[in-house]
Amino acid sequence: MRKIISIILLAILTIGVVYCLKEIPFGETQSQVRRYYINNGIKHTGATNIVTSVVVNYRGFDTLGEVTVLFLAAIGLSAVLYREGKRQKKEGRRSSLILYTGCRFLFPLILLFGTYIFIHGHLTPGGGFQGGAIIASGFLLTMLGCWKWGGVNKIGFKITESIAGLIFVVVGLLGLLYGGYFLFNYLPKGVPNELFSAGIIPIIYVAIGFKVGSELSGVLDNLIEES
Amino acid sequence: MIYYVGSFGLIIIGLYIVLTKRNLIKVIIGLDLFETGIFLLLICTGYVKGGTAPIFSNAKLTSALMVDPVPQALVLTAIVIGVATLALALSLAIRLYHHYGTLDLRKIRELKW
Repeated sequence: MRKIISIILLAILTIGVVYCLKEIPFGETQSQVRRYYINNGIKHTGATNIVTSVVVNYRGFDTLGEVTVLFLAAIGLSAVLYREGKRQKKEGRRSSLILYTGCRFLFPLILLFGTYIFIHGHLTPGGGFQGGAIIASGFLLTMLGCWKWGGVNKIGFKITESIAGLIFVVVGLLGLLYGGYFLFNYLPKGVPNELFSAGIIPIIYVAIGFKVGSELSGVLDNLIEES
Repeated sequence: MIYYVGSFGLIIIGLYIVLTKRNLIKVIIGLDLFETGIFLLLICTGYVKGGTAPIFSNAKLTSALMVDPVPQALVLTAIVIGVATLALALSLAIRLYHHYGTLDLRKIRELKW
């Protein structure tokens, strides 16, 4: 009975969506805002990666909201998983020598790669969100591979996350002071395709990278401790 | 065209799983499929035939052959949000399992539909 009802519902949904998508030809987008961003993006923001200039500059306020949603999800997770009292430390088996050495060897390289990705967010594909996710994957590797490594410093994650969020908001508010609106790009734009260019975009993306990396690592740490 | 069909197919499969399956973990997997389908559909709407990524890495690239950066920017943030909300859903599932001792939706009385 449930299956029949849900198939009928999905069929109605499919008909509606097909009716809408028929009007949108594939492969020839005609949006005006795309043309505007692509033609004026470098001139306005100095970032060669137009996606970055949309994320951090044109729609920076939206990104601040998204970062807040991420923060709320992480807080909600630790609130749901919180348990009274101190849980006893689990006596895990120590992982084998090859696994242990490999994890310890790979961990700094993964951190370096993540840092590279979020520092070059305004020049190459990448940015704060992707770099943060890579850093969190490095922490996940050590949590799974090196059991002897022990728990990570949770307070450190929280402090990093809060400071990174504060940097984002403070940089935006300074724009209010210098240019009259939130997230105004008040630093010199520099020459495109150089590392120190695009004004406040690299600063904000580095802050986002730290924030996402520490938040996702905290989430993983909470989940692993629970299992 | 095939891209529309594929991404919308993912959405349909995800919704079907959410509506019919009774195991909570399977429902969460369905939600994730649903989310992935939406990301792909959004990216598809901004595609330009023969277009490249909107990055001016060398001078030969012309602006007419670049895909729409706006859906990419939206999806970029939405993926990370999706990971965090998925983790939140899994943590709720863990709590439900500790409380009821099962993940079957028929046995958890408050969740029946």
